[in-house]
Amino acid sequence: MTQPRQMDPGALLQVDDLSVRFRSDAGVVSALNGVSFAVRSGETVALVGESGSGKSVTSLAIMRLTPSPPGCQVGGHVWLRGTDGVPLDLLALPSEAMRKVRGDRIAMIFQEPMTSLNPVLTIGEQIAEAIAVHRGTARASAWDAAGDLLELVGIPEPRARLATYPHHLSGGMRQRVMIAIALSCDPALLIADEPTTALDVTVQAQILDLLRRLQKRTGMAVIFITHNLGVVAEIADRVMVMYAGRIVEQAAMRTLFQAPRMPYTVKLMHSVPRLQIGGERVVLEAIPGSVPDPTNLPPGCAFAPRCSHAAEGRCDAVSPALEEVGAGHFVRCVRWREIADGVGR
Amino acid sequence: MTRFLLRRLAQSLVLLWLVSVIGFAVLHLAPGGPLAEFTLIPGMTTAQLKLIAHQMGLDRPLPVQYWEWFRRMLAGNWGRSYRDSQPVLYVIAAHLWPTLELMVSSTVIAILLGTWVGVLGAIRRYSVFDYLATVGAMIALSIPTFWFGLVVIYIFSVKLAWLPAGNLYTIGNGSFLDYAVHLISPSIVLALVTIAIWSRYLRASMLEVVNQDYIRTARAKGVPEQTILFRHTIRNALLPMITIAGLQLPTLLSGALVTETVFTWPGMGRLFLDSIGYRDYPVVMGILMFSAVLVLLGNLAADLLYAAADPRIRLD
Amino acid sequence: MAVATETPPRVSPARRARSRALARFVRHRLALFGLGAIIVLVLLCAVGPYIWPYNDLRIDIRHRFAEPFMSAHILGADALGRDLFARLMIAGRVSLTVGFAAMAISTVIGTFVGTIAGYFGGAIGSMLMRFVDAVLCFPSIFLLLALAAFVQPNLFTITLVIAATAWMEVARVVEAQIRSLRERDFALAAKVLGASDAHIMFHELLPNAVAPIVVASTLNVARAILLEAYVSFLGYGIQPPTPSWGNMLNNAQEYLATAPWLALLPGLFIILAVTGFNFVGDGLRDALDPRLDIT
Ligand SMILES: Nc1ncnc2c1ncn2[C@@H]1O[C@H](COP(=O)(O)OP(=O)(O)O)[C@@H](O)[C@H]1O
Ligand code: SF4
Ligand SMILES: [Mg+2]
Repeated sequence: MTQPRQMDPGALLQVDDLSVRFRSDAGVVSALNGVSFAVRSGETVALVGESGSGKSVTSLAIMRLTPSPPGCQVGGHVWLRGTDGVPLDLLALPSEAMRKVRGDRIAMIFQEPMTSLNPVLTIGEQIAEAIAVHRGTARASAWDAAGDLLELVGIPEPRARLATYPHHLSGGMRQRVMIAIALSCDPALLIADEPTTALDVTVQAQILDLLRRLQKRTGMAVIFITHNLGVVAEIADRVMVMYAGRIVEQAAMRTLFQAPRMPYTVKLMHSVPRLQIGGERVVLEAIPGSVPDPTNLPPGCAFAPRCSHAAEGRCDAVSPALEEVGAGHFVRCVRWREIADGVGR
Repeated sequence: MTRFLLRRLAQSLVLLWLVSVIGFAVLHLAPGGPLAEFTLIPGMTTAQLKLIAHQMGLDRPLPVQYWEWFRRMLAGNWGRSYRDSQPVLYVIAAHLWPTLELMVSSTVIAILLGTWVGVLGAIRRYSVFDYLATVGAMIALSIPTFWFGLVVIYIFSVKLAWLPAGNLYTIGNGSFLDYAVHLISPSIVLALVTIAIWSRYLRASMLEVVNQDYIRTARAKGVPEQTILFRHTIRNALLPMITIAGLQLPTLLSGALVTETVFTWPGMGRLFLDSIGYRDYPVVMGILMFSAVLVLLGNLAADLLYAAADPRIRLD
Repeated sequence: MAVATETPPRVSPARRARSRALARFVRHRLALFGLGAIIVLVLLCAVGPYIWPYNDLRIDIRHRFAEPFMSAHILGADALGRDLFARLMIAGRVSLTVGFAAMAISTVIGTFVGTIAGYFGGAIGSMLMRFVDAVLCFPSIFLLLALAAFVQPNLFTITLVIAATAWMEVARVVEAQIRSLRERDFALAAKVLGASDAHIMFHELLPNAVAPIVVASTLNVARAILLEAYVSFLGYGIQPPTPSWGNMLNNAQEYLATAPWLALLPGLFIILAVTGFNFVGDGLRDALDPRLDIT
């Protein structure tokens, strides 16, 4: 089995040059174009970007839940440190071995709590199923464990809830159940794909709070996907900004908020709904233009058509490389230095 | 649940009433109307007929007549067969069992086979099997039941001599095996159309469920594919099939009539046909109404069953 | 390195897309096959009897039960020695005529009821549609036989009776279509401009419902041919000596052991015709109104 060129010793997950292409009626959709990043044990990494930038595809590719080829081609490597410390290339794993990774070493929660639970199975059955699949636990003890999990995720009267069906629960409660399922086998990594997007604001805050607490308690790493930078500030250690299937900026959370270098990140921050400023709701400005057509990406910087700093002949010539602009701070912009120096305006 | 139940009951009552109006209209369409049975008696004079008509209330306004007729129907007084003067409901009851037996066994066959075909067609979508199943279903829906019956008799009874060509049992042999053997051919014949319909709808239902978010959740949990198929996909895909099954009742009853004719099966369909032959209008009308009510109740039962099976409709 | 990932259903989207195109094509081919079958059958029944040397009514006792392909009676002969092929062609005229005519009548009734119900909605609409539901509670063969038993059976009455039991599907389809069209801009505009209800219904709305009506009507021909076969087989449809595909099977059962072709051949003609219309209807549905597709 191939070994990683180098897997950062502290890394739990390392994604190398991940690319995903869909073949559709409209043409080839380049959803991911060489995505590389690493996640260390116990850290929370936020993956942000507008809708359509490839966040969900990244998570599905890691889980190998993308459609099968040739409709969808996945390239690159996804290294996961096994329980024995040896890196596994998830994309090269036999499917049965990969199935055992899913829900056990890596768990996932989704954006749509209303439709993500099976309507004809009780909540208890759906949690216990995850435990039984990976632990082979007897029904009764899996059921007990499911009750404990519901208590852990803060569902009132957890044991009584086990026998109820998903439709009895609100969206927020269902998302808690999804979290309970995800946590059932003590995953080393949790991928949360916009877990709060479909929920209303107060519930969003509760779920975020819950995730933060659980993460502290279990020490799992979290990839937190969102299009909302406001949420990022509350939860992330590090942030990766994604645009048109590429990571365009990556930094520690504070660094990113204090000194964003990529014009896209800056725009994204201006579009954050800073909810309460002096009691007033701030109307956010949207980023002008729209994400590029993934079947026909512009040459050079994919953000160029929308970028107020775009320079003809430079930005649209070659695809900018990811440059280290500070400790652990990477940017994919040819003009970042000029812009930072105030020359770019 | 209670609200759903009440609404469905109310709807069914409206339908029942409309069904009775149609039945009444058909009865009055009959040559001679409700008097028909008397006009056939030799030596009836017009004056006598008039008297009878008066005594039966046929000279009263139609709404009044309808009301009387409807009241009697509700009270279970459906008239008497003039072949043997037995009460109509009694005659129907005597022929109901063989029909139900046939319908149940053919439905069991159809659901088993149709489920297999539908599930396989969905998980191997666009495979050779799927094509054959699709085209096969369309052809099956184009085959007249009686012709298929004749083909089955020709192959299995005339040529191979494996199965009896008809009747409920061999006279002088009352064994269970003998009954069962007689049931095979007609059940298969009656099942053909249901297999085709069931497999098509189930395939469509499967394809819808396969794309649901909760199937993705199951996969993300690491549930084995086999388990996803049986525990998650098929279970959900079968739910709407309960309603479909209810809607197939009229087709099934029609098919039963034809099948019973071909296999000389002494059921309700046979009785209906014989009664038409004898111009036994009370029985004809009775069976017509009875079958419509059966369909109505069947649909209601399917809805209630669906409500019981789908936790989203259940109300604690 | 390109990596295989797996996510059942085992067929991939690209193969699925390719297969979907293939499926379209196959169904297109089936529709063409159906159309071909219909044309051949219609031509055969219309022209064939003028060319074929045997008359469908000529009794020739010497050739009774002549087997197919063994003599000049190419498809054999019946118990009276009548040429089966000649009878099948004449029967086809009857069965196809009943099929088309019953379709036409049921389409008119169904379209009318559906349009009124869909346009006016409310109490009228729901009452009409409940009436449709109520008629559908009667198993069609039962209703058909009950009605047929009351009338003097001939081509005309049987056609009417079949139409009377086959218009409900059209009514449902049309009602749904008109109901959804009614709120559209052009209907409201016409109303504002003072157009009469009848004008809006039949000139503005109905033309937009043609596609589903065509599909339903095509499938209704298949249904009408089948219903004619059933009612004639059972003895209450087209009466001998006029042959129809259904009544030719009437006495076939007693000859099943000795002359099975008497049962098999008319059935094959029925299946060919009905399959033909079903294939065409399915293809039309694919082409005109993909929403109605259940496959
Ligand atoms: N199954 C699919 N087939 C074709 N294109 C897809 C598929 N899934 C995602 N895409 C495309 O990939 C791109 C990235 O999508 P996604 O990862 O869902 O974005 P988001 O960042 O909003 O989660 C989009 O352009 C989307 O249209
Ligand atoms: S590379 Fe050019 S277009 Fe792209 S973000 Fe930087 S300045 Fe803007
Ligand atoms: Mg997404």
